[in-house]
Amino acid sequence: MKKLINKPEDVVKEELEGLALAYPDMIKVHFDPNFVYRADAPVKGKVAVISGGGSGHEPMHGGFVGMGMLDAACPGQVFTSPTPDQMLEAAKTVHGGAGILYIVKNYSGDIMNFEMAADMARAEGIRVLSVIIDDDVAVKDSLYTQGRRGVGTTVLAEKIVGAAAEKGYELKRLAALCTKVNLNGRSMGMALTPCTVPMAGKPTFQLAEDEMEIGIGIHGEPGRERMKLKTADEITEMLALSIIDDPPYRRTHRIFDEEKGEWVDVDLESPPFKPGDKVLAFVNSMGGTPLIELPIIYRKLHEICNKKGLKIVRNLIGPYITSLEMQGCSITLLRMDEEMIELWDAPVRTPGLRWKA
Amino acid sequence: MPITVEKVKEFLQRATEVLKENREYLTELDSAIGDADHGINMDRGFQAIMSRFPTFEGKDAGTILKTAGMALVSTVGGAGGPLYGTAFMQAGMALQGKYEFTLEDLVKALEAALKGIMNLGKSKPGEKTMIDAIAPAIEALKKALANGADPVKALEETTRAAEEGMKATIPMIAQKGRASYLGERSIGHQDPGATSSYLLFRTMLEIAQKQGS
Repeated sequence: MKKLINKPEDVVKEELEGLALAYPDMIKVHFDPNFVYRADAPVKGKVAVISGGGSGHEPMHGGFVGMGMLDAACPGQVFTSPTPDQMLEAAKTVHGGAGILYIVKNYSGDIMNFEMAADMARAEGIRVLSVIIDDDVAVKDSLYTQGRRGVGTTVLAEKIVGAAAEKGYELKRLAALCTKVNLNGRSMGMALTPCTVPMAGKPTFQLAEDEMEIGIGIHGEPGRERMKLKTADEITEMLALSIIDDPPYRRTHRIFDEEKGEWVDVDLESPPFKPGDKVLAFVNSMGGTPLIELPIIYRKLHEICNKKGLKIVRNLIGPYITSLEMQGCSITLLRMDEEMIELWDAPVRTPGLRWKA
Repeated sequence: MPITVEKVKEFLQRATEVLKENREYLTELDSAIGDADHGINMDRGFQAIMSRFPTFEGKDAGTILKTAGMALVSTVGGAGGPLYGTAFMQAGMALQGKYEFTLEDLVKALEAALKGIMNLGKSKPGEKTMIDAIAPAIEALKKALANGADPVKALEETTRAAEEGMKATIPMIAQKGRASYLGERSIGHQDPGATSSYLLFRTMLEIAQKQGS
C-alpha cells in the first residue's frame, strides 16, 4: 500500500483537520463525534439538510457542506457508515427550527444508523424526515438484495435540495423534492483497478491488466460482471444504455409518517427515460482516473443521448463521488424539470462545488 | 450454577481479545463479499467497550450489556454497529437488574437479541447473515437445557450449532447487506457477520469451561 498518509487510523481525523483549516469561511468541523457543518450554522428558519456516509468518497459529503448545499455531513470511517451519535449531534448543532432532512444512501448500515439517529432526534423534539437515494441500475432487482445502491444521484440531490432549502422550502416539500430527484436519476459505474482501504492495507479485489469490472458500487466492492477491457466508447455505450434502457424500477422504502408517528413502507417507482426528456449528464471519476479521460466519456455520452432523443440541458464532469484511488468512472443521468434546473443553477459555495457565490 | 456478573465482564474482556486476534481474518472474509471492514470495526467497537470498563464496577449484568451495546452503536458503524449494538442492548434489557442469572435467562436474553437483529435488519434465517449462526445456536441451547444437559455441555452444543450455522452460510446466496449485490457470486464465501457471531458463542463456552474447571 502506497498512500500519502501518516497512520492509517488517523486518515479521517487528519483529513477533517485539514478541511477545517482550508475552508474556515465555509465550514467548521466538530470532533468526537465527527461532523462537518456550515460555518454560519444554524441558519434560522431554514430546513437543515444533513447527509453522511463512509469516508473515501471525497469530496462527498464533507466537501458539499456550505451555502446552497448541505448544512452538515457525518463522515464514517473509510467505507463504513457513520454512527447515530454523529448524526444526532450534527442535527442539534445545525437545527434552525424548521426541521432536518437526512439524505441517506441505500446501504444497510447507513439506513440503520440514520433510522436510529432520526428516532433519537425526534425524541429530543426535532422534526426529522429522511429520503433514501437508490439509483444504481447495476442492481437489477430489489427482491433478493438490499435494492439499488445510492451513488451519483446523491451528489445532484444534495445540490438541488440544498438550493431549495436555501430558498425556503418547508420540510415536507423538501423531502418530496428530494424523492423526485431520486426517482428521476439513474447511474452505473465501472472500475479499471481496485482500491485499498487504508486500515486493510490490501486491495479489495484483484483485476488483471486486461480486465475491468462493470457495475461496481463506490466501496471497492466487486461489481456485477468482470470482462475484458474495452475502449472508452464501448464502455460509455455499455453504461449509458444500461441507464437509458432501464425499465421502470419499483421498490419499497421505509419512511417516517409524521401523522401516524411511525415508520411506514411506501412503494415508489422510477419511470424510464423517453425521447424528449431533458437530462443532466454527470460523468464522474472514481478517484484514480485522470481528468483527461472524462471528456472522452462525455463526448460519447453526448452522442448516445442525442441518438436516443435525450436533451442534455446541464452537465457535471469531474471527481465528485469517488472510491479512494480506484480508476474508473460512473455515469448518472437525471431527468430535469424547470424547478430542478432553476435549483441546479442557484448559487452554491462549498469546498467541493462552487458557482455564482 | 448461576452465571454471575463477573462472568459477563470476563466474557466481554475475552471477546475483545478474540476479535482483535481475528481482525484480519474477519476483514479478509468481508473483502470477498463486502467492503473489507468487519474485523476492523468489531475490534474498534470492543475496544470502546473496554474503555467503559471502569463504569461497570458494581453494576448489574443488564446495565453492563446495555452500556456495551451503546458503545458498539456509537463506534462500530456500518451495519454491524446497529445490529450488534441492538443485540447487546436487547440482551441487557432482558437481564435488567440481575447480578446473577440462569441459562434459562440467557436463552431469553439471546432470543431478545435475535429479535432485535431481525427487526432492525429486516432479515430472517437463510439470507447469509449473522442470524444464520445465532438462530440455530439458540435452538441448540434450548434443546440441550430441555434434555437436562449441564451448562458446559449445553454451551458446547450451542457453539457447535453456531459453527455449523456459520459454515452453512458458505453455499448461500446473500440477500441482505452489501454482499447481496453479488448475487450468485456470493456463493462459496463464509459470511463475516455469522463468523463474528460464532466467535462470540465460542468465547461464551470458553468462559463456562474455565468456570467448570
